[in-house]
Amino acid sequence: MEWIDVQLLAVAALVTAGISIVSILTGLGIGLLVCMASLSRNPPLRWAARLYISFFRGSPLLVQLLLIYYLLPAIGINVPSLVAAIAGLSLSTGAYQAENLRGGFTSVATGMIEAARMVGLSWRQILLRIRLPIALRLTLPAVMNEAVMILKASSLVSVVGIEELTRSAQNLATSNFEPIAMYSMAGAFYLLLNRLLSGGGWMAGRLLGRAGA
Amino acid sequence: MRFDVGLMLSWIPAALSGLWVTVGVWLTGGIGALLLGLAVAIIRRFGGRILDRGLWACVAVIRDTPFLIQLFLLYYGGPFVGLDLDPYAAGLLGIILYGGAYICEIIGAGFDAVPRGHQEAALCIGLTRLQMVRRILLPEMTLLVLPPVVNMQIILLKETAVLSIVTVPELTMTLTSLGSEHFAFAEALSLLALGYWGLVELASLLGRLAERGFSRYRLAT
Repeated sequence: MEWIDVQLLAVAALVTAGISIVSILTGLGIGLLVCMASLSRNPPLRWAARLYISFFRGSPLLVQLLLIYYLLPAIGINVPSLVAAIAGLSLSTGAYQAENLRGGFTSVATGMIEAARMVGLSWRQILLRIRLPIALRLTLPAVMNEAVMILKASSLVSVVGIEELTRSAQNLATSNFEPIAMYSMAGAFYLLLNRLLSGGGWMAGRLLGRAGA
Repeated sequence: MRFDVGLMLSWIPAALSGLWVTVGVWLTGGIGALLLGLAVAIIRRFGGRILDRGLWACVAVIRDTPFLIQLFLLYYGGPFVGLDLDPYAAGLLGIILYGGAYICEIIGAGFDAVPRGHQEAALCIGLTRLQMVRRILLPEMTLLVLPPVVNMQIILLKETAVLSIVTVPELTMTLTSLGSEHFAFAEALSLLALGYWGLVELASLLGRLAERGFSRYRLAT
């Protein structure tokens, strides 16, 4: 293994980090929307959310990525493959985050919401200042666990031709005939990224802890 | 976009052969992962400090790296260290190692959750250590870990789709190659997603039945 290989893999690791962070954040947004829908009083909205969660948790991510990659152009939507990949990751993780957040939202004490309403907070203020921070703090371990899963799952977007860490390792392994060194190095980069992500989660926990106090 | 349902239906026999490979890899891999996870959890608990630390590191590495990278290491890297695996064997070994790492953590947590008093009581009334493990620790732990283990088995079922990348002729590989032969990806991928969805719903139903069957052994703690 040459120094240049390590550099190439490090650049590819940045691509993986970028894809993962965008997908994790978009997925959290989707998860929040789907979670609100699944807790709403409107039955069709609730059923739609349940169907969404059931489908995206019930089929392999690889299949979902292929579906989005091949079906979007077939129905006339032409997006770059990077966008399709991020959309696939976000839609999938959104279903898991919705389930995670739902647990948090249902365990926010009703007394707190009533108190917030009594002091005259609007529905949106209650959501953004009371329910969301508490729900996020309660479910942070599960939410971070899913973030790690998405970072690992981002390796699958190599299949639709995105030049990220796994794909680069694959290219290097075939060109210089050192699969063990290349894939181990790629694995080490994933480990490092996961450690950084967990560190970020720990900091987010501290921030949320202060916000909720 | 045309959507040819007739074509989709005509693929069902071919899809079934892929489905059997998927189910076969999943069942053998899932059982293998369960046995490996149990063995590793027991060794980590009773095998001394050095083994515990070493296995902890292995588990951490497997849990923090993508399954696809592990699969590539086994399949493409294996021959360089004399481990010549065909796609099926590499895939199966990959599933067993990946699942085993997660299940070992689940079972470890299960051991921790069995009340200490129960184990001490068993030793007090004269059971040997082995009897205590076999008759008290393992049965109580089984009840506790059943739901997360079922969940993990369902994750492994979905993870078998990744084996198509190293050309294991399972459901995903069968249907995507049919799709590219007929240039009908929409039909192939829809059938694929529906197939997995049905399989996962069926597996979680079986899991719930198993949990209900076991729950009558539950004791007050």
